[in-house]
Amino acid sequence: MPVEEEQEIRIDESAIPIDDIDFSDLEAKYAIPEDDSLSHFIIVDGAPIAPESKVAVLKKVLTKVFSAAGKVTDMYMPVENGQTKGFVFVEFEDISSVDIACKKLNNKKLDVKHTLFVNKLSDVEKYGVKGHVSDEFVEPKIEPYHESPYLKSWLQDYNGRDQFVLQKGDEVGVYWSKNKNDPEPAVEPRQNWTQAFVRFSPKGSYLFSMHEQGIQAWGGPEFSRLKRFFHPNARLIDFSPCENYLVSLSPTPIEVPAEDHPARASFPFGPESEGHKLIIWDIKSGLPTRTFALPPNLENEKKMVWPLVKWSYDDKYCARMGPDALAVYETSDFQLLDKKLIKIEGIVDFEWAPAGVKLAASKNKDADQHVLTYWTPEQVNQTARVALMQIPSREVIRTVNLFQVSDCKLHWQDEARFLCVKVDRHTKSKKTIFTSLEFFHLFEKDIPVEKLELKDSVINFSWEPKGERFVTISILDVGGNVNPAIARNTLTFFGPEEEKIKNKTKLNIKKWTAFASFEKKHSNTIEFSPKGRFVAVATIIGNNHGEIEFYDLDYDGTNKESSTVNNTGSGNNKYFALTDIAWDPSGRYLAAWSSSWRHKIENGYRLYDFAGHLLREEVIDQFKTFYWRPRPQSLLSSNDRKKVRKNLREYSAQFEEADAMEADVATRELILKRRKLFEDWNSWRSEIEKIQKDLGLTQEEETEDVNEEVVEEIREEVLEEKEEVVE
Amino acid sequence: MRPIMLKGHERSLTQVKFNREGDLLFSVAKDKSASVWYSFNGERLGTFEGHIGTIWSIDVDSKTELAVTGSADFSAKLWEVNNGKCIKTWKLKTPAKRVEFSPNNDKLLIVTDQVMGEKGTITILPINSNFETREEQTDEPLLIIETAEGAEKVTVAGWSYAGKYIIAGHSNGVVSKYDAETGELHKTVKVHDLTITDLQFSQDKTYFITSSKDKTAHILDVDTLTIMKTYEADAPMNSACITPVKNFVILGGGQDARDVTTTSSKQGKFEARFYHKIFEDEIGRVKGHFGPLNYVAIHPNGTMYASGGEDGFVRLHHFDKSYYDFKYDVERTAEATGAVEVKTPEITA
Repeated sequence: MPVEEEQEIRIDESAIPIDDIDFSDLEAKYAIPEDDSLSHFIIVDGAPIAPESKVAVLKKVLTKVFSAAGKVTDMYMPVENGQTKGFVFVEFEDISSVDIACKKLNNKKLDVKHTLFVNKLSDVEKYGVKGHVSDEFVEPKIEPYHESPYLKSWLQDYNGRDQFVLQKGDEVGVYWSKNKNDPEPAVEPRQNWTQAFVRFSPKGSYLFSMHEQGIQAWGGPEFSRLKRFFHPNARLIDFSPCENYLVSLSPTPIEVPAEDHPARASFPFGPESEGHKLIIWDIKSGLPTRTFALPPNLENEKKMVWPLVKWSYDDKYCARMGPDALAVYETSDFQLLDKKLIKIEGIVDFEWAPAGVKLAASKNKDADQHVLTYWTPEQVNQTARVALMQIPSREVIRTVNLFQVSDCKLHWQDEARFLCVKVDRHTKSKKTIFTSLEFFHLFEKDIPVEKLELKDSVINFSWEPKGERFVTISILDVGGNVNPAIARNTLTFFGPEEEKIKNKTKLNIKKWTAFASFEKKHSNTIEFSPKGRFVAVATIIGNNHGEIEFYDLDYDGTNKESSTVNNTGSGNNKYFALTDIAWDPSGRYLAAWSSSWRHKIENGYRLYDFAGHLLREEVIDQFKTFYWRPRPQSLLSSNDRKKVRKNLREYSAQFEEADAMEADVATRELILKRRKLFEDWNSWRSEIEKIQKDLGLTQEEETEDVNEEVVEEIREEVLEEKEEVVE
Repeated sequence: MRPIMLKGHERSLTQVKFNREGDLLFSVAKDKSASVWYSFNGERLGTFEGHIGTIWSIDVDSKTELAVTGSADFSAKLWEVNNGKCIKTWKLKTPAKRVEFSPNNDKLLIVTDQVMGEKGTITILPINSNFETREEQTDEPLLIIETAEGAEKVTVAGWSYAGKYIIAGHSNGVVSKYDAETGELHKTVKVHDLTITDLQFSQDKTYFITSSKDKTAHILDVDTLTIMKTYEADAPMNSACITPVKNFVILGGGQDARDVTTTSSKQGKFEARFYHKIFEDEIGRVKGHFGPLNYVAIHPNGTMYASGGEDGFVRLHHFDKSYYDFKYDVERTAEATGAVEVKTPEITA
C-alpha cells in the first residue's frame, strides 16, 4: 500500500542542502512567460489631427469607437507642437479584443475625411523593423491545377437511363437502372463509402457522403472525390436549389484551435465561428462562406427542424427564421439584407417561392421577382395572418387574415403560379379540426385569394407538378379516439374550373372543385410523378397495410374538358414492408423500398412502371435505402417539347426497339447461363454416378422388383344398436 | 395443392419423416409421443409412447420394421413399427438431438448434445435387425466420435452413400466429414455463418443440402465437400430437402420463434419455399403454417411433401399436375433433344 510506504520513508528535511539541488528543469517547466506587453496594444493611424485642447474630446470619441472591440484600458495620443500627430495607441484589457479591433475597425470611417487604419502594435514591430521581413520577393507557390471531372457525364448516357444509389449494409453503389434487369453498376460498389447516408445535390451533379470528420463530395464518371468539408459529426445536410451552397449542421460546436496550434493554419474557420454549429459552404471551392450559431430556441431540441436555411429559387438569397424575426442574407457576401432583420412578431414558418414570380402589379411585369410567404398565429388582439413579401424590397404584397387557426402549411405550386395555404382550423369548441384551403393567384393582378372550405381535416396535400390540379388525403375529425384499423381516409382529386375573360387568350382559374374521390382508404402518402398526370398514393408503415395505388389523371394536355381519374391499379400492389416511395426524375418508374433503418422486415426494393406494373423485386438483407439521382431541368423549350409530344410515336418506336433488344440480350444471357448450369450439373451427376458404379456402390434398383400391394381395409364399427318397439 | 392437416401433436413439431415406400409418415414433436400417419389420407396409425421429454428426432429403417427416436429425456428408444412396442432404451448422458439408421440398417447414429459439461458426441451403435432376435440389442457403442478440441458442437449428422462417411453440421456453420468405420476426421469446411439447422441427403446420398440460420442453404458434394449450389432466402432456414424426380429443393423456416409475436403471419415468412435445384431461382412458395417451419420432408417418390411447424401442425401436400409440368425452357429443350432422361412419376389421384 502506498500510504504505508510513505509513512516508512521519513526524510529529515533540514539535512538536505537546498542550494545544491538543480531546479532549472522545474523552473523552465513552470516559468510564467514574460508578458509581451505589446500584444495588448493597437496602433491607429488616420485619426484627426487636432489641437491639444481637443485631445480629451477626441479621446472620448475614440474610446467609444474602440470599446466596440472590448474594454479599453488606456489610450495615448502623442502631441507635437500643440497638435496631435494623427495616430493613437490603444491598450485593451483583453488580448482577444486586439484581433477583433483589427478585423472590425480597420478601415472604419470616422467621418468623411478620416478613415481609421488599425494594426496590432506587435505586428508593426514584427514587420515594420528593418530586417524582420525579407526584402526579396519570393514567388508564392501556386498549387497545380487539378482538373475536376466532367460532372454531368451521366446525362450523356446514350439510352437516357437514370442512375440510382443502393445502400445495403456498409456498401454503397451507384447503378444504372435497367428496369426489369439487374442494375448495372456505374462504378464498383464501395464499402463504407459513407458512415450514415448519401445525398445527391438537387441537380444530381454531386454525391455527398457523411463521415465523422465531415462531409465529402463526389462526382464525375468515376465518382472521384471532389471536395472535403471539415465539419466534425455533421448530421444533417441541405443544398441550395442551384447547388452552389451546402448547409451542414452538427451537434458539436466548432472549436477553433489556439493561435499557435499547428492545426490552426489549415483550419477553415476564423475565431468568429467559435461555438457555431450551422455552416454554409461554397460547394465549388469547398470553403465555408458563413457560420451560424443555432438559435437559442432550437438548442437541446430533440427533433431538429430542417432545413434551417431556406433558399430563393436562384440561390440569390437565403433566409433563416429566428424568434419573431426573419434573417434574409444576400449570397453575394452573406451579409444581412440591408443589414437589418425583418421583424415579424410570432412567425411560425416561411417558404420561398420555388420559382421567379411575375408580379402583375410590378413596374417591370416580365421580371422574375423573389417572393416569400410566412404565417403568424393568432395573438393578442390580432388574427392569424398569412403574408406574401417581396424581397429585397421587403414590401408585403398581400396578406390574408384567418380565424380559429390551429396550424398552417404553405404549399407552393412548383412554378410559383399558385400558393395554397392549408389552414387547419378548429371549431369553436376546439374539439375537432377541419381544413380550409386558401389559394393565392400569384400571376394575377392584385393577387386574388380563393377560399375552399372542407369538412374534413386534410392530412396530406400535393400539387401536380407543372399543373393546376392537386390531390388531398383527408379524414373526418370526429373528435376523441378512433380505431386506427378502420380505414377512414378519403382521397380526393381537385381540378380547376376555368372562366374565359374577354380579350384574353389565357384562361383564368375561377375555383377548384373535386372531380373524383375515393373513400375508406388507409393511404397517407402522395407522390406525384415529376412530369405530372400520374400519381402514386401509398400507405406507409402502420398496421401492415403497406400498399401503393397508381392513378392516372388522364390528361394529355390537349383535352382540357375532361379530367377524370383512372385507377390504373393493375390489381393490388400490396407491399407490407413498405417504408418509402420515390419517382425517378423522368416520371417513368416508381421505386418502393423497405429500409432496415425503419424495420428489419423484408428489406429490399421494388420497381414499378408508372402504370403500377411490378418490374423488378429484389430482397436484400440489411437494405438501407434507394435513391434516384436527380436531373437538372430540361433545356428544351416549350415549343420543342410540343414537337416531341406531337411526334411521340416516332420517338417511342425507336425506344421500344432498344428496349426489346435490351430485353432480348438479357433473356439470351439468362438462357445461356441456365444452359451452362444445367450441363454442368448433369455432367457432374453422371461423373458421380460413374464413380459410384465403379465402386460397386450403386444399389440395383430394387423398387422394380418390389410388388406394390395396395391393401384396402374396410372397417365397420357399430356405434349404437337400439331396439324400438313400434306400437 | 390441397393440404392435409395432421392435427395430433400438442406442441411444436421437431421432425417429420417418410418411410422408404412413402406410405407412412413419422412425426415427433415437443410433446412426448411420436406419431405414425398414413401419408395417403392423413389418418393416424398410432403413436409410440414412452418418452418423458421432448422428442428431437425420429428415423425408420428401410424395411419399416424398426423406428428409433432421440429425446431430451437423455435417452434413445427403439420401437417395433408394426405394434408400437419399445424394445430397447439407450440411456445417454445428454439429450439426443438427431438419430439415423445407416443405409443398410445395421448401425444407428445418435448425435448427443453438448450440455452440462458433457462433450457432444456422435455415437454409433450396432443394430440387430434380425426379425427373430431383435429384442436383443447391445448397449455397447461401436464408435464414439467426440467433438474435437476447439470445434463447436455438432447439431445434425447423417450417413453418406453406403454408410461410408458420416457428415456432420456444427453450430458455427462448419460441415465435417468422418469415416464411419474409424471415426477419423477427413475434412471440415466452413459453409455457413450461423448454426446449421438441418442436413438431408439426396436419394443416392452422394450429395446433401444444409440449411442454416444465416438465411441460406447449400448443396455440397459428399466426396469433396465443395459447395455446388447456394439458395438465398430472406429469413432463417430450419430445414431443407432435395426433391427426387423434379430438380427442386424445398426450404422451410421463418422468423425466429421468439420474434414471432412481434410480426404478423404475413411478414413472418412461414412458408415452404421451392427453389430450382440447378438454377438456384426461387420458383414458388406454399403458405399455411402460422409459425416457422421446423422440418420439411419429401416423399421418396417425390409425389408429396410434409412440413412440421412450430405451430404444432403437420401439413401434408400432394403435388398437382402443374408441379410436374413446371419446366424451364432449358430443361424442355434438353428433354426434347434427348440429353436427359425424362422421369415422370405416377400421379395418384
